[in-house]
Amino acid sequence: MANILDIRRRIRSVTNTRQITRAMKMVSAARLRRAQERALAARPYAQMLTNVLKSLVSRADVYDPVTGEALHPLLVHRPEKNVVLIVVSGDKGLAGAFNANILKAATRFLESKSGKNIEIEAVGRKGRDFLRRRFRSAEPRKADSSETSRTTLIGEQVGVLNKIDYALASGLAERVIERYTRAEIDSVYLVFNEFKSMIAQRLVVEQLLPIESIGAREIAQSKEMELEEKQRALEAAKGAGVSLRPADTREADERAATFATAQVDYIYEQPPRELFRALLPKYVGIQIFRALLESVAAEHAARMTAMESATSNASDMISSLTLAMNRVRQAKITKEIIEIVSGAAAL
Amino acid sequence: MPDTFQLEIVTPEKMVVRDSAEEVLIPGRDGYLAILPHHAPLITELGAGEINYRRDGQVYRFSVAWGFAEVLPDRVTVLAETVERAGEINVSRAQDDLRQAEESLRSANTEEASTTANAKIRRAQARIEVAQKR
Repeated sequence: MANILDIRRRIRSVTNTRQITRAMKMVSAARLRRAQERALAARPYAQMLTNVLKSLVSRADVYDPVTGEALHPLLVHRPEKNVVLIVVSGDKGLAGAFNANILKAATRFLESKSGKNIEIEAVGRKGRDFLRRRFRSAEPRKADSSETSRTTLIGEQVGVLNKIDYALASGLAERVIERYTRAEIDSVYLVFNEFKSMIAQRLVVEQLLPIESIGAREIAQSKEMELEEKQRALEAAKGAGVSLRPADTREADERAATFATAQVDYIYEQPPRELFRALLPKYVGIQIFRALLESVAAEHAARMTAMESATSNASDMISSLTLAMNRVRQAKITKEIIEIVSGAAAL
Repeated sequence: MPDTFQLEIVTPEKMVVRDSAEEVLIPGRDGYLAILPHHAPLITELGAGEINYRRDGQVYRFSVAWGFAEVLPDRVTVLAETVERAGEINVSRAQDDLRQAEESLRSANTEEASTTANAKIRRAQARIEVAQKR
């Protein structure tokens, strides 16, 4: 039978752990709120940009009228031989299955593209560590390289997720755009955890290039949250006072929706085609930016959920240990009484 | 009460300005445009330079690197990647950037490289100018 002192010590240790997990949960909740605000703040720009591009498509003769071929290099389709995959994971662990799920989705995607030359760009330390163990690092492929069907890690962005700025996203975008334009690569995909609200999340593989149609997202693969995950997220959100509904964006969205769509004849300072050319790369940048922001929000949400479960597990453990301790104590008292009574009876 | 219009300056990170203005000056790619209320609808790309607007006799200045603007009779919306309020510009960093860009212009051996270096120089200059005018 366990010793009372030992059990007491364990209870103390579990209580300490619970304190830590509870604190981590609250920190994650605060960070999650901030991340959600940032994701929200990015919406007007994204939407306005999309609107302008949409309205320009009709005026800028983006497609060749005879052959229907795209005239902008980012719209051109080529047979897919060289693929770039941007994997957005987290920098830190202790976020439940967050990183594992992303890497699983990435692996699944890599399998579906087997036989092609794939280059991976890792954002986030956890993803980088995993991918670096599995694939060798290499320089980005040159246009004249004859090597085919290998998977390599070509770049990493580590320790940047707690201070994401637009420059990071636009830098990533510029790199892939340049290489796409030079036909070194034939498509670009993005794996990340989409975050609409605590209970509306999914893991998606989104096609970034070539751009299929502006304003519509090209989802190659996606996986919704499971019911159990949703339930746990719900509980965690309740415990931390995080709103479940996606924030009210209607007003901002409506305003943004009117941008560049007025039914008037605009004076174009530059020819529409030039405007289109200048704007399209920004569209790729903002998409990456949005993915990064959502992924960060999702990471905090996942950590919050994980820490909520850890806290409640610790509470369960404390109560069962307390029960065990009381039982042991009671047994000891009973034993002592029996000893005294039988001692007295012997006299 | 002078005639005004609604001005919005939006970046990917936030809404920088949402105000009414009597006049706004925007750095179009092909030259500065001064916009007054009831301007004809217009869409333009922006170059590196200064945006300023006037309200109640006060002038507010910003530096902008690249952007895009829609002008409507009662509303002007500017989309820009980086907008800095005149008071927030880090002048010494801008000067460092300028020096670096000039350096890379001198060592540039392709046309592409010198174009990027030139663009960098213009951006840094615009920021310094805006900061000094304050």
